Amino acid sequence: MTKDKNLKNGAPEQVNLEKGTPVKGTLGEALRSQGVSRRSFMKFCATTASMMALPPAMIPTIARALENARRPSVIWLSFQECTGCTESLTRAHTSTVESLIFDSISLDYHHTLQAAAGHGAEEAREVAMEENYGNYLLVVDGSIPLDNPGYSTIAGISNLDMLNEAAKGAAAIIAVGTCATYGGIPHANPNPTGAVSVKDIIKDKPIINVPGCPPIPVVITGVLAHFLTFGSLPELDHIGRPKAFYGQSIHDRCYRRPFYDKGQFAETFDDEGAKKGWCLFKLGCKGPTTYNACATTKWNNGTSFPIESGHPCIGCSEPDFWDGGGFYKALSMPTVDLSQTAAYAAAGAAAAGVAIGLMNRSKKNTSNKIHVKTTLEDLKK
Amino acid sequence: MSEIEILSWARGPGLQIATVIFVAGVVIRIFEILLLGRKANLAEAKGSEMSSGLKTMITRTVPDKTTFKRSSVTIVAGYVFHIGMFISFFFFAPHILFFKDLIGISWPSLPGAVIDACAVISIIALLAVLVNRLTNKVMRFLTNFEDLLTWFLTFLPLITGYFAFHRIGFTAPSLLAAHLLSVELLLVVFPFTKLMHTFTLFLARWYNGAISGYRGVES
Amino acid sequence: MNPAETPQFNIHAGNEFTWNVKPILHEIRHALQRFLDNGETSIIDLRSIPLAPGEEESIIETLGRGEVQARLDVLGASEIYETKYTGVWLVTHYNDSDSIVSRFIEVTEMPDVLKSQREDVVHALNALVTELGTDKT
Repeated sequence: MTKDKNLKNGAPEQVNLEKGTPVKGTLGEALRSQGVSRRSFMKFCATTASMMALPPAMIPTIARALENARRPSVIWLSFQECTGCTESLTRAHTSTVESLIFDSISLDYHHTLQAAAGHGAEEAREVAMEENYGNYLLVVDGSIPLDNPGYSTIAGISNLDMLNEAAKGAAAIIAVGTCATYGGIPHANPNPTGAVSVKDIIKDKPIINVPGCPPIPVVITGVLAHFLTFGSLPELDHIGRPKAFYGQSIHDRCYRRPFYDKGQFAETFDDEGAKKGWCLFKLGCKGPTTYNACATTKWNNGTSFPIESGHPCIGCSEPDFWDGGGFYKALSMPTVDLSQTAAYAAAGAAAAGVAIGLMNRSKKNTSNKIHVKTTLEDLKK
Repeated sequence: MSEIEILSWARGPGLQIATVIFVAGVVIRIFEILLLGRKANLAEAKGSEMSSGLKTMITRTVPDKTTFKRSSVTIVAGYVFHIGMFISFFFFAPHILFFKDLIGISWPSLPGAVIDACAVISIIALLAVLVNRLTNKVMRFLTNFEDLLTWFLTFLPLITGYFAFHRIGFTAPSLLAAHLLSVELLLVVFPFTKLMHTFTLFLARWYNGAISGYRGVES
Repeated sequence: MNPAETPQFNIHAGNEFTWNVKPILHEIRHALQRFLDNGETSIIDLRSIPLAPGEEESIIETLGRGEVQARLDVLGASEIYETKYTGVWLVTHYNDSDSIVSRFIEVTEMPDVLKSQREDVVHALNALVTELGTDKT
């Protein structure tokens, strides 16, 4: 596999998933053997293209690639997390088409979803890692505590050790959720566990960040589909997110944007503006600084997204969204009590000003006093 | 430091530091000026200081004919810039929210397109003053470092604001952070440069008017 | 509270369209022109465009229904029909719990997915041969 990992410029890179995958045969063969018709497959490809935010003209390419894709082994590690990401993903699973994507990977370890428990579960992980060394996909949700390894362990192994060990043989890592990507809620001030993200620890592997609290399910499956289809990382932005989903801000794709431009805002959650569906900027919407696909992909099988339901965006796919000065504080408002600062500064300065002014005066008076007029007599001397 | 962290800093501690320097600096300088005191005028007052002073604060807003002829570019572009900046500064919805958070009151905003137009006009006017300053021989001779510095620091918030508004080139958090930081820079140097004219202008005009008023002559 | 007094909540954007309804309809017009001129087919993914609640419906309503409609039973249902503008098709894919998973507007003679697929025909032939082979008569 290609060793040159050049993540920083966001360039897509080749990751070879073909060698040593446990399940023989291509995805096309696997689907046909399950009795999936070509029409079904075409529907699957069309939906996958839509999911990956690729233009429909790409559908034939996707079909060809998926036909020949091989099932990769996937190891999923959950660290300091709330299982919300897995919940989100399994909701995606209710759809037949998306479930095909899960049929097309071999999920060898996921301690919430797998049937095995205890030693059996850990053994499954070890076996998968060994058999697919260098080729498996590592998915991580949750942050890693560095203050004390005992804060979060699995089978007595600290999160840090497990991540380091599993990352060694991974072809690539998908960090799912804001905790794994940027530290998330555990990392929020004052960060009691010393939580850090995957990319803070792993430096020598390609990492795809799929942030969100939780991420949109089809974004998770879309990234998996991209892997299956092209065997490479999607194009990433400057903080490691796939551009296809995180390329545009919520604000730029928001259907309420025209109200922002016209200066029509909801001032409270129940005023006339709120009822008319006006812009939620004044109620603290972080849409302008948040990059995610909510405004187009939406949630719950395309039903709606927070802004459509009348709630401002909280910016959950951005680093440190939890510490952004409050969800209901408008972006243009200071995060600190500036009026108090200003008042103290003014009071202090007024006192200082008076003192300095008086000092200036006394200086003037003193110099006036010691000033001796030069007389003609003096000059004659 | 990520762009979001920089933005958080600019919205929090950065703003706090800038505000302390700005408020303290301005207040101290105004107190210093007020406490300078004036020598008792022994001549008999021939008119009111106050009314003449207040009147002059307004009348000096209109330039007299000869002055206008001599430096028409400075005056026209200067006015256009100040009015444009005033509108985009005080009537852009996000800015009003900032003031509301600061002083507790708010007022109606203008549509984004109007703000945008005003900002563009201000930017053009500001460029015009700079070109005039550098091409006019006398102006150029009188120009010192502070003039260029204050021009640049005034220009920065406008141009970064324009870029943030249109989201040009960079991500939204970086643009917003750049805009805030440029404003903070302006606030920090404000009390120590000629930018103080925002406040001293009125003191000076009043004083000019008051002198004339005391003497009973037209100011 | 009688129904007339029920407050209207912000799940609609009034009667104002966002800026995307008209452009999509024009895009379809251009696509249709290109199809006539040089036979170039186009697909528009309706889920890739920001639309306010009700706008997708309003596009679909504008396009209306034409002469052909088909229902496919593939991984859940799929509904395909020609709109009242011949050559413009609406393809809606559902999952098995009847939620829409993707929706496209296709400008073509007939969406590919409607045609019998070669791979399936091969499979069908094999099945038929097997069927006849086991038939004793």
